[in-house]
This record gives sequence, C-alpha cells and structure tokens, in this order.
Amino acid sequence: MKRRSTSPEAHRTAPERVLVLWCPDWPVTAATRLHGLPPAAPIAVVESGAVLACSAAARAQGVKRGLRLREAQSRCPELLVHPYKADEDARAFEPVLAAIEEAVSGVQSLRPGVCVIRARGPARYYGSEEEAALWLLDHVDELGIPSSRVGVADGVFTALHAARAAKPQRLRIVAAGGSAEFLAPLPVAVLDDENLATLLRRLGVYTLADFAALSPGTVLDRFGPGGARLRALAAGLDSQPVLPRIRPEEFDTVVDFEPALDRVDQVAFGVRAAADRFVEGLVGAKLVCTALSVEVDSERGEHSERTWLHPRSFTASEVVDRVRWQLQGGSTETGLTSGVVRVRIVPAGVDSIGNHEAGLWGSGPDERVHHALSRLQSMLGHSAVVTAAVGGGRALAHRVTYTPWGERMLHPRPPERPWPGRLPPLAPSTVFEPPHPVTVFAASGTEVTVNERGALSAPLATLTGARGTLRVQAWAGPWTSDEHWWDADSASRSSRFQVVDSGGTAWLLSLRDQGWWIEGRYD
Amino acid sequence: MASAAVALDDSPIRESVSERARELQERILQLQAARPDTRSLPTHPAIAKLLPGGALRRGAVYSVQNSTTLIMALLAAPSAAGAWSGIVGVPEFGIEAARGFGIDLDRLALVPRPGDQWLAATAAIADVMGIVVTRPPQRASDSSVSRLAARLRQRGTTLIVIGAWPHSEAMLSLERADWHGIGDGHGHLAARQATVTVTSRTGQRPRSTRLWLPDASLQVRESPQQSPTPLRVTTQGSLRALHY
Repeated sequence: MKRRSTSPEAHRTAPERVLVLWCPDWPVTAATRLHGLPPAAPIAVVESGAVLACSAAARAQGVKRGLRLREAQSRCPELLVHPYKADEDARAFEPVLAAIEEAVSGVQSLRPGVCVIRARGPARYYGSEEEAALWLLDHVDELGIPSSRVGVADGVFTALHAARAAKPQRLRIVAAGGSAEFLAPLPVAVLDDENLATLLRRLGVYTLADFAALSPGTVLDRFGPGGARLRALAAGLDSQPVLPRIRPEEFDTVVDFEPALDRVDQVAFGVRAAADRFVEGLVGAKLVCTALSVEVDSERGEHSERTWLHPRSFTASEVVDRVRWQLQGGSTETGLTSGVVRVRIVPAGVDSIGNHEAGLWGSGPDERVHHALSRLQSMLGHSAVVTAAVGGGRALAHRVTYTPWGERMLHPRPPERPWPGRLPPLAPSTVFEPPHPVTVFAASGTEVTVNERGALSAPLATLTGARGTLRVQAWAGPWTSDEHWWDADSASRSSRFQVVDSGGTAWLLSLRDQGWWIEGRYD
Repeated sequence: MASAAVALDDSPIRESVSERARELQERILQLQAARPDTRSLPTHPAIAKLLPGGALRRGAVYSVQNSTTLIMALLAAPSAAGAWSGIVGVPEFGIEAARGFGIDLDRLALVPRPGDQWLAATAAIADVMGIVVTRPPQRASDSSVSRLAARLRQRGTTLIVIGAWPHSEAMLSLERADWHGIGDGHGHLAARQATVTVTSRTGQRPRSTRLWLPDASLQVRESPQQSPTPLRVTTQGSLRALHY
C-alpha cells in the first residue's frame, strides 16, 4: 500500500489509457459454465450463508447480493443455490483470458470476471478505442458469455467504473482527461473501503468530487497513505499500472478414445504415448511433476478425478500406473460403469528439475527401494504397500496412520497434544484389526460390566474367546475414554484393561458398545 | 599468530575433507561384493550371542515362534543402523510398539495383506531391503521355499519368519514371561522378564538367556540370573499363547 502511494508522481499525473472488460455476476456465469446449470434460471452463488452473486432471473424476483440465503429462498422459492468456489471461478475465467490473448497481448486479470488491457495497441490496430472495445465485446459474446461490458478510460479505477456505468450500450468511453468529471457524482462507497466511506459521510463528504476537493496534504495527514491513494483515485489520478500476466504454459495432456475402451489395460496402453509426451513436455520446460491429477470421463458422462502425489517426481510409466490404479479402483473410487472416452492428465504440482537431479553416484539405495515398492504396487494395487506413522489419539487404531507408498503422510491427529485417557507407554506388539470379540467373567460367573461412572461391577476372573478360556492372573484398568460425546454419530465410549493370563501372556481388552473386545496382545 | 589463525581456519575444512573421504571409502566398501566377514547384520547383543555364529547372518532365514516383541528386538538394531525393513503379511504388527523398540518408521514398509501373491511380494521386498519379516499363509511348497532361499542368499537379505520354516538357521522362542508393574486391579504393564531360547539347525544344545523384554524404561537388556522377584505375577512353565 505504502509503495503504491509513493510511486513516481509522473505515473500519477498521467494514467495510461486502459480498457476494462467486466463480466457481471461472474460467479454465476462460472457455475453455469462448469456445472451446466441453465443460464436463464434463477441462480444464486452463496458463501457462508449469504448471497454472493445472483443471475438476472433471480434479481428480477428480489434476490440481491448480501441477502441471507433463507431470505433469498423465501423471495424466490425456485432458486438454484450453488456454493461459491474461488478456484472454479478462476478456472472458468481462464478460457476467456486465453481467447483474448490470442488477439491482444498484455492482458491482466484483476479478479475472475474482470480483466484489463492497455488500450493503445488495440486502438491503433482497430482504428479507434471504440472499434477495439466493440471487437472485444463481440469476441467475448462468441464465447457464450452474455452481457459483458467494456469501459475505456484513464487508469484502471476509472475504466472499471465506466464499465459498471455502461448500462444500456455495454460500452462507455471516458475521454482522456475526463476522469475527474466522470467520477465526480459517484458516491464515496465505490472506493470499496467501508470504514473510510462511513467516516467521510459523517464528515459531510458524499461524492468522489467532494473527496477529491480536499487537499492531498490534509488527506494524507488525516487518513495516511491509504487514504491519500483513495483520494488520488477519486480525483481520477490512477497510478496503478497494467501488469500483463505471463501466459502459463500448457502441460495438460488429453487422450480421447473413439470408440470407448472398457478394459483397463487397453486404456493404460492408450495413454502410454501421452504420458511420455507429458513428461517430455515438462522436462522441456525444466520442470518435473510432483503431484498429478488424473481425470477420466466415461461414455455415460461419468467423471472421475483424483490427485496422486509422488515423493519425488513422476516418470512416464508411473503416470500410466496412476491412470491404471484410478481405473482399477473401479466400482468404489471411480464409479465408472461404462467405457472410457477421455483421459486428461494435469500436473497439479511441479518443481524445478534442478531439485530432482540424481547425484553423480546415484541417489543410493532409497531409489531401489522406491522402484521395488512401486512395482509391487502395480502388482497388488496402490494401497497394498503402506508406510506407517504414529500420531496422537486415545484408541490404538486412531494413533497409527497408514499411507500408501509414495503419498505424502498426513497426520489427522497431532501427536504433540497430551491426549488424556491414552494408555501407558508400553504398546501392544500385536494389534488386532478388527478386534476379536471375547467375554469377560467375574469369579462369580457373571459378565463384568462398567457403569456410567466408570466403576467396575466385579474384578476380572476369566476370558472366554472363540478358541478357549483363559484365567486372569493380574489385571489393571479401566482407562476410560469418552470421545465425541457431543456428536451421536461418532461418539465412542470405551474402557480399556490390561490383563495377564495364567500363561504369562498380556492382553489389551476394551469394553465398548456393550461388548468386550481383544484389541491387542503383548507377546 | 597469523599462522595459528590460518591453522584454525584450515582445520574444519581438512576435517570435512577427511570425513568425506571416509564416507566415500565406506561407500566403495558397500558397493563391492559382500565378503564373508561382512555377511552379518548387527542385532541386539544379548540375542546375538545366542545365535549360531554370534550374529544375524545376511541371506539366512530365522523363525520366531510366538513373540512379535522378539522380532522387534531383532529388527531394532539393523533399522537404527540404516537398513530398510519390510513386513509382509502381518496386518497386526504393532506400529507403536515397533517405534518404541527403536525401529525407524521412515525405513519401514508394510504389505499387510498380500493375499495369494505372498511369495512374489516377499521376494520383491527381499530384493531391496536388509531385513524382511513375513508370515507364510499356509505351509509354503518346497520348491518355492528353495527359490526364495536362493534369492535371499544372493541378495544378502535376512528373513524372519513367524512360525515354522524348513531349513531355518535358528528358531527363536519366548518362554516363562513374568510381568512387572501390574497387580490385581492396579498398576499397569511396565516391564517383562522372559527367557529367550534359540534352537539352531546344526543340532547343538538349545541356548537360552533371561532378558528384560522390555524393562521399565522400554529397553531390551539382559537380566541378571538371580532376578528380583516380580511384584505380583510369577508364572512358571511354558508360554501357551492362544493365537487369536
């Protein structure tokens, strides 16, 4: 903020001519384009319970930005509600930017739905600023984005408000040097600074003209550099330069199958060449892929998408493996029931190739281990080979996390927390998953229970399992834990016991869900 | 004075150079074909001295009868020394206990349920890892056993089998376990003394020793012959664990 406000005075006095394209209600347009919602329907995109953007049909029924969702639905019962996703918004805008870049260089995306172009080049090419703006509108209309608007003015701020003001004609050109005049009647709220706007209104400053009339020195003293910059904007002195984006290189690889293939090995064979191309393309750009997103489309329109991680970087054959595993996940994970028509491989994470070069002596034995385990995974399935880590938690099963080989380890429970109610440090060397049912009897022959206050009905005397009866020689417990009691679905209450049988073997028992279980053995 | 300063400046460089040279020499030694005297794997000294040859041999098979803790005690030293270990077909292997015994989880890979590919999975893992633990699903056929044994010898991988195995180098078992720290409704399992017996293939007399497995600080160590009487539980006779 400070650096901007102290940018060279030359920039501030002579803002360059820019062209701003504004697509109103972009979140709605993005949702209709990505999810195939009917554009004419009343649609609202909501974020944290409030309407963020709505379609024209919804607006006609009284829905507007900032309305609570319930209120919006009562005004328009047939409202299609869609949750706001920032990444989808940006993703949907990408083709628009790409289409404009094909004809005009130097496009800057201000936010999804709004982009800026330096006006000088297109104006010279198309003859005038108006011609250039009309061409831009036509071009965007061809992409199927309705009712976009263009503003041409000195500086981004003025041009954006010119686009907003271009209500009937969809185009508004503010002549060079006419910024201050154009901005003068606008209310101070357009500065997008709620606190400043409220304060200015209290001081009797209602329009941008009033604000611009204050002396820059006074504004700087009273409101600091941020306020001074807003005053400069209000006066039409926009110092923000256009920073054209660097066009991202395209590494996505798409393979279409015609006719559709319904066998995994056929698909794997079909993507092999594409995987080679994909990795070569990345290597050409001095990159390696560390995370990969595989999208598979089936004949019936089903879509499966999954991101795969790699501890180092993907080779071509590993890319093919990931496609195969995703398809083999089959009935559960991908849910594809018909032939595959399209596979798309997208690099979800890339890194400089310099960080992944093998040393002169090779990368040592770990490389061999990785290859062998990956080969085993392609034999047995991705999740058959795992690594383990110990995290926090109370129950034995919660403390250990298994991660398929090659994926990044994620700890669901932080190990450094105290976890009251966990067991003493000596852990059972054998952990039964799932636990085995058992019955525990007291000396009197009745089953042992624990009441709600954690008190034991009688000392433990014998264990009877599926394979015999053991006499209890020593026991300790209960260690009770009452987890998630506030949520009926995940609530679990258990009492754990350590028991040594007459043979000298120690067991870990737990009493939960009205039954006794053998959780582990200290053997 | 100046020369002293130079010497001071110089010494860390010289040290790092010599360190690097030593590292490279070690590497060259590793890369060279295994010589007879390098065909042993470091393991816990108390257990090692019972084993034939006084150490775990690379490329040999050991069978452990009834104790996962004993397996962990065998794995701990090689794992801490940088060997990779693989666990095939043992879904109930207690990860937390393994970490407690000093097995490095970063160099531990598990194939909990290899199904009918048990032999292929064991062989693939044995190709690259220093030490592999496996439980054969049923009695493995003689031909597959000898194929696997040949591969282990060639790669210098030690295999620890849970249960019986023909031609195993030695059979380890755990007996007469006495637990300490737990009473009749009080305390908790803190330490255990047990007798480890090693029966070797060569038909020598079985050798056994009394170990803390583990002691109160979760370490494995040899216990003096005249052990103090346990707090509560004293069990005599052989261990009769029910295999659930």
